[in-house]
Amino acid sequence: MSGSLTSVAYIAATILFILSLGGLSNPETSRRGNLYGMIGMAIAVLATILGPRVSAEGIAWIAAALVVGGALGLYLARAVQMTQMPELVAFMHSLVGLVAVVVGYASFIDPAAAAGMSSAELGIHHVEVYLGVLIGAVTLSGSVIAFGKLSGRVSGKPLLLPARHWLNLALLLAVIAFGYVFLGAPTIDAGMKPLIAMTILALLFGVHMVMAIGGADMPVVVSMLNSYSGWAAAATGFMLSNDLLIVTGALVGSSGAILSYIMCKAMNRNFISVIAGGFGGGTGAPAKGGAAAQPAGEVVAVSAQETAELLNEAASVVIVPGYGMAVAQAQHTVYEITKYLREKGKNVRFAIHPVAGRMPGHMNVLLAEAKVPYDIVFEMDEINDDFPNTAVAMVIGANDIVNPSAQDDPSSPIAGMPVLEVWKAQTTIVMKRSMASGYAGVDNPLFYKENNRMLFGDAKKMLDEVLAALKS
Amino acid sequence: MPQTIGIPKEVFSGEKRVATVPDVVQKLLKLGFTVSVQAGAGEAASIEDDAYRAAGATVVADAQSLWSGADIVFKVRAPSRDEVNLMREGTTLVSFIWPAQNPDLLQALAAKKATVLAMDSVPRISRAQKMDALSSMANIGGYRAVIEAAHEFGRFFTGQITAAGKVPPAKVFVIGAGVAGLAAIGAANGLGAIVRANDTRAEVADQIRSLGAEFVPVEYVEEGSGGGGYAKVMSEGFQKAQRELFAKQAKEVDIIITTALIPGKPAPKLITAEMVQSMKSGSVIVDMASEQGGNCELTEPGKVVVKHGVIIIGYTDLPSRLPTQASNLYSTNLFRLSEELCKTKDGVINVNMSDEVLRGTTVVKEGEITWPPPVPKLSAAPAGGAASPQAAAPKPTAAAAAKKGHGGGGEPMSAGTTTAIFAVAAVLFALVGVYAPAAFLGHFTVFVLACFIGYMVVWNVTPSLHTPLMSVTNAISSIIIIGALVQIAPPVVLALDGGEVRPDVVIRWLAVVGIALTAVNMFGGFAVTRRMLSMFRK
Repeated sequence: MSGSLTSVAYIAATILFILSLGGLSNPETSRRGNLYGMIGMAIAVLATILGPRVSAEGIAWIAAALVVGGALGLYLARAVQMTQMPELVAFMHSLVGLVAVVVGYASFIDPAAAAGMSSAELGIHHVEVYLGVLIGAVTLSGSVIAFGKLSGRVSGKPLLLPARHWLNLALLLAVIAFGYVFLGAPTIDAGMKPLIAMTILALLFGVHMVMAIGGADMPVVVSMLNSYSGWAAAATGFMLSNDLLIVTGALVGSSGAILSYIMCKAMNRNFISVIAGGFGGGTGAPAKGGAAAQPAGEVVAVSAQETAELLNEAASVVIVPGYGMAVAQAQHTVYEITKYLREKGKNVRFAIHPVAGRMPGHMNVLLAEAKVPYDIVFEMDEINDDFPNTAVAMVIGANDIVNPSAQDDPSSPIAGMPVLEVWKAQTTIVMKRSMASGYAGVDNPLFYKENNRMLFGDAKKMLDEVLAALKS
Repeated sequence: MPQTIGIPKEVFSGEKRVATVPDVVQKLLKLGFTVSVQAGAGEAASIEDDAYRAAGATVVADAQSLWSGADIVFKVRAPSRDEVNLMREGTTLVSFIWPAQNPDLLQALAAKKATVLAMDSVPRISRAQKMDALSSMANIGGYRAVIEAAHEFGRFFTGQITAAGKVPPAKVFVIGAGVAGLAAIGAANGLGAIVRANDTRAEVADQIRSLGAEFVPVEYVEEGSGGGGYAKVMSEGFQKAQRELFAKQAKEVDIIITTALIPGKPAPKLITAEMVQSMKSGSVIVDMASEQGGNCELTEPGKVVVKHGVIIIGYTDLPSRLPTQASNLYSTNLFRLSEELCKTKDGVINVNMSDEVLRGTTVVKEGEITWPPPVPKLSAAPAGGAASPQAAAPKPTAAAAAKKGHGGGGEPMSAGTTTAIFAVAAVLFALVGVYAPAAFLGHFTVFVLACFIGYMVVWNVTPSLHTPLMSVTNAISSIIIIGALVQIAPPVVLALDGGEVRPDVVIRWLAVVGIALTAVNMFGGFAVTRRMLSMFRK
């Protein structure tokens, strides 16, 4: 395959990737979109392998690596629980980051890559290598920590070091300083030291950045890391003068950034502070103040039997799922209950908060898995006005997204975040394991409201009991 | 400067409703308005002046001072001549207007340079359902029609077998299954009667059945849906078949409730004098269309008459006969409209004529008559959705759903931010232009354009697809594999300067590791996206 033919194939792949992202913005076209992505990737890989920059002796290596990696990937995709999707995505981001680092190093020690370049071009090439490794390393360590937080291996509490903004600034300055040394290095060996030092600093930065972010904000982090992995790919593209890499990396990077921006809007967070990693700055201190002002009132616990009675009497039910549903794998039981109530002629709907769960759209995916028809699943804005006309709002394992403090208490750490106004329903039933606070670490006055009932226990277990009580 | 909403006492004789109740006063205050209420405005609806005061409204003594102090006036009935005279120039009026029937009133209001929103002209699209006062009033009217019928009817509705003998259940026939008809069906069914219903629109059959009534179709094939969820005038052949059906039903049933209306036309005469004659003595007809001339030939609007032993109820004020309920619902409709008018929540309304709902509702804008509005593009939700709030409420139209992106995600950025971003971008581009070599610029162009494409493509993503989107972009980011591929075994054509040796083995192993890791991501990413997407279903 000639160089021109490879370039044409790259253009085709680029277009397919754009179509893929476009297709993914609508449920009707989403499957086709995914298919476009696969075809585009296949074309890109084949064109590269058969193209002029890979000689025949490499093919065996490539095939072996593809088979090993591909098999592992397919196995993971098959084995993963839908509730673990966020972890899987975070894990995969870390791989992209790692590869960016590896490719960056390989390109740096490869004298062929820089052969025949003018000194200005060589300078730019080195900047590209440096940036590629930097972004890759941040993505790598950030994703690993995000993975740890999502899977519960690392505490979800934000770790707030003193003067962490200064720390970040110092890290940044150090990275720039090493960059200066790196660019001035006369030989590859001399450049290696600053490059390694920078890589370590970048890894530390990634760890620090994500550690400082609370579990509740993980959806934004996952999407942000997604964006970073794209920029890493784009930087690699510059480094290797490969337009396909640049385009695709930029696509992924900007789409990830937009997605994070949309989510920040939904959570009333400042986009800049998320990207910079200083995220959740105000969360730590006032949370304690909020805890001091304990909401007054009594918590009324109910049994599964009573819950079933409430549901049986209600004409309209709105179900608000949260991470608790995901953890307990309760979505199928939820759907069974929904089906039963709908057959009885009740108006059952789902209200999804934009940041319910641990990644954007998490709840939609789970409900889709349980085959809940998507025309009864509503976004926050669509359904918020309907709560006053709702008999029962059932909150399954959600907390912060139904917290009235966000509206009532300006000193609350989540003040201003749009929430589902479930307390306006005639009765709310909150299913929770205990009275512990949510990820934002704020107490929830909803639990103490007069029209609220608490159903304590594991969501799956309790819902099974509710279903049994309904059917009996 | 927040605007004042004035609530006058209704002057139309027998009108018991009031345009705003204390609960809604509180909500209006939250939108930033001030509210003044005429003394005694809520009296007929059992709402004390003190309740308004407690809700935060000022109570003013008479109509004169109310109209002169109000920037916006909420009313139920269309204003009388006197009320128009009391009106300040430039006032905004929200009430029922019936512009088609009242062209003179429209002229008079226009002469006052008023802005008038007619609650009867709210477009019947899903988004506007929450302000559809016609529906909420019709719902009440339908219920009350059954209550009035039960009041005049000499027997039980429900069948009973008692020691004192057997009581057959009453048979109720409802003509027209719009909101009022459906409400009547529900109420009559609730009282235990056997209910049958007919409508020219075949698609409402399911709604009739869902309320427990039997659908009696006219045996004649013709599509009866006009625009906007309303019925239309039917052909001669259909009308003949329809008359035969009604004649047959008239002989069998005890109560007929008619709700047949065609917008902008007199009500169709469906129940003839002969049919009335054929009915059992003591039967009741409630003619809910009596204000538009009546569906029954013998109806006398506003009165109860007995003809051929059949009691014919022609009340034109059925909703007003449930004044508290009607005022509650009506004022909620008004509040929803206020929300649309005052999106900024600063107590100042903005009649945005590019908004389809507000455009349709506005009949006079600052002295210019803007009625009739252009035809709305969207029909009501399928199956006469607008006609049935309980069935249609959870079904926003596709267009409305599509427009709602993410929580405010579609809002444009502020001008200041945009300027700042452009300024920074310009400086960056200038720097790049000055220092970068040509080869880099080519790549840079591609890079910037690709960023924009990503932005455009992703901006409108449906929130439910965020996770699959992220997963697919993640899979696509394994394009970085190309970086590893080109390193694994490049053809050795380039002569290296200074006798440097390419550390082939090290690079190869790095590349192999890179390829294997990306392959995990690539295959895993696409496969898991596929798995997720296969679960989405309607």
